[in-house]
Amino acid sequence: MDIATKGGIDARRLIGVLLVVLALAILPFFLSDYRTFQFTQAIVYAIVLLGLNILTGYNGQISLGHGAFFAIGAYTAAILMDRFGVPYWATLPAAGVICFVFGFLFGLPALRLQGHYLALATFALAVATPQLLKYKRLEEWTGGVQGIVIMKPDPPFGLPLSQDRWLYLFTLFVAIVLFVVAWNILRGRTGRALIALRDQPIAAEAMGVNGAVYKSTAFGISALYTGIGGALGAIAVQFVAPDSFTAFLSISFVVGIVVGGLATLSGAIWGALFIQFVPNFADQISKAAPWAIYGAVLLVFIYLMPGGVAWMLRGAVAKILRR
Amino acid sequence: MEALLHQILSGLAAGGIYASLALALVMIYQSTHHINFAQGEMAMFSTYLAWTFINAGFPYWIAFVATLGVSFVAGILIERIVIRPVERAPVLSVVIVFIALLVIFNSLAGWIYTYTIKSFPSPFGGSFFPQNPYMSPHEMGTIGVTFVVLILLYAFFRFTPLGLAMRAAAQNPVSSRLAGIRVGWMLALGWGLAATIGAIAGMMVAPVVYLDPNMMAGVLLYAFAAALLGGIDNPFGAVLGGFIVGVAENLLGAYVIGTELKLTVALVLIVAVLLFKPSGFFGRVIVTRV
Repeated sequence: MDIATKGGIDARRLIGVLLVVLALAILPFFLSDYRTFQFTQAIVYAIVLLGLNILTGYNGQISLGHGAFFAIGAYTAAILMDRFGVPYWATLPAAGVICFVFGFLFGLPALRLQGHYLALATFALAVATPQLLKYKRLEEWTGGVQGIVIMKPDPPFGLPLSQDRWLYLFTLFVAIVLFVVAWNILRGRTGRALIALRDQPIAAEAMGVNGAVYKSTAFGISALYTGIGGALGAIAVQFVAPDSFTAFLSISFVVGIVVGGLATLSGAIWGALFIQFVPNFADQISKAAPWAIYGAVLLVFIYLMPGGVAWMLRGAVAKILRR
Repeated sequence: MEALLHQILSGLAAGGIYASLALALVMIYQSTHHINFAQGEMAMFSTYLAWTFINAGFPYWIAFVATLGVSFVAGILIERIVIRPVERAPVLSVVIVFIALLVIFNSLAGWIYTYTIKSFPSPFGGSFFPQNPYMSPHEMGTIGVTFVVLILLYAFFRFTPLGLAMRAAAQNPVSSRLAGIRVGWMLALGWGLAATIGAIAGMMVAPVVYLDPNMMAGVLLYAFAAALLGGIDNPFGAVLGGFIVGVAENLLGAYVIGTELKLTVALVLIVAVLLFKPSGFFGRVIVTRV
């Protein structure tokens, strides 16, 4: 059982979570700007994986195309900042809303698709995304193949922080808010409905769960999280271009939730750390090495540890406590 | 008029390739109801093998046959080692295993052969077919190869005991097992055949799109569209779908939307078929008993 499916939270766990948050908040002051930037990206991925996990882990709808929503979020932020001079923090709600609409709309037809077919449709979306972003008619907005360069925001109120540290703290704050919201969505009635629709769709419908509404809303919320992640990612990297959003980006999100743990909240964090840092180390062996490792790790996890890191840790903790 | 004819004919040639790959997808879908996302990358890897053989000095057709043999064995091994353990697993696990295969083949090809684009020879030289203004020799050869593959497959599944056993295993595994057919091995053979057909598609498309680890992404998408359009459990539908998609893609590309949105056409086609006629033109409508 994940905490999300239990009713409340006990004091011991609350203190644990607060300690982790505190540790994360002071982390950048011990790191170089570059490392801080890497951790910012890891938090961005954590937000995306959380969103994907709501859809795939909790609701059982397979998406191989979340890179597309990530791209929409990133481009929304970049265009708003570059064209309209909107401040960076104001682009996040916009990215979220636009992605929610796109996700919801994509979720409506997806209602009729199950399992392999949904995977196929979203896979097609992922493959087609870079080409759509390069489309000539949209070039005026998207900058075509060149993409858009944006500025890194300065810390507000003259705070004595470097840009990277400020952005890290800002991203961390957004992530915490989003995690609390997700925890609240998933621990109650909605979460149970999503899980019921995943495990026993017919029985769930018979019990009065409105499958169409829950499933398409889950798609929308999932896209909203991914879009906010995309916007934050664009701000952190200061650059968007079509070729950063290939099908392999979507696949790496899938890798992330499988490694972290399906249908767990903490899994998003483990998965994010994995897809952020493993390629960095593996790159030194060969350009192809990260993906070879991804593939092998996917197989290993599916065969040996289908619950991912989150469930493994939980099992280990339970064993220690029992002694 | 001549330009239109040219577009249609080269659409047919491209369609032949989509049809072959769609056929490979159907081969696996029929028996296991799995959509093999790694089919394109398997074909790509086979094509690299062919490239290796050719570069080692073998004549084209010997390299061709050798590649088919290796691909067949590799297909069987993949089924036995990787797919079998998840035969009864939830859809999500199966999809992830296919994605893992896709990623592994892609990165292996990148690792071994690097990501630089290579040219791949076409076996159909200038003198192989009569010269004409409408089709290149390679396009004619591709269509020819597609039809040869189709006839061979038809004969195999229609007239040989093994082919009939494979069909029986796909249609009704329980009864086939009672009749003494080794259903598990039939699935493995299906994978072997799919890998072989995919290899042919790869070797036919490589002279056109050039050889690189990502060459099959677009082709695979079109093959998906073709298979869905014709009905993903119907081989003839898939082949017909392949030709339709090939011609439609070429005509749309030449006259309506330009070449830069080709993949989007495939996306729209896939989603549209799935929404409005999920069984395709010739597929069986699936009715689930609750």
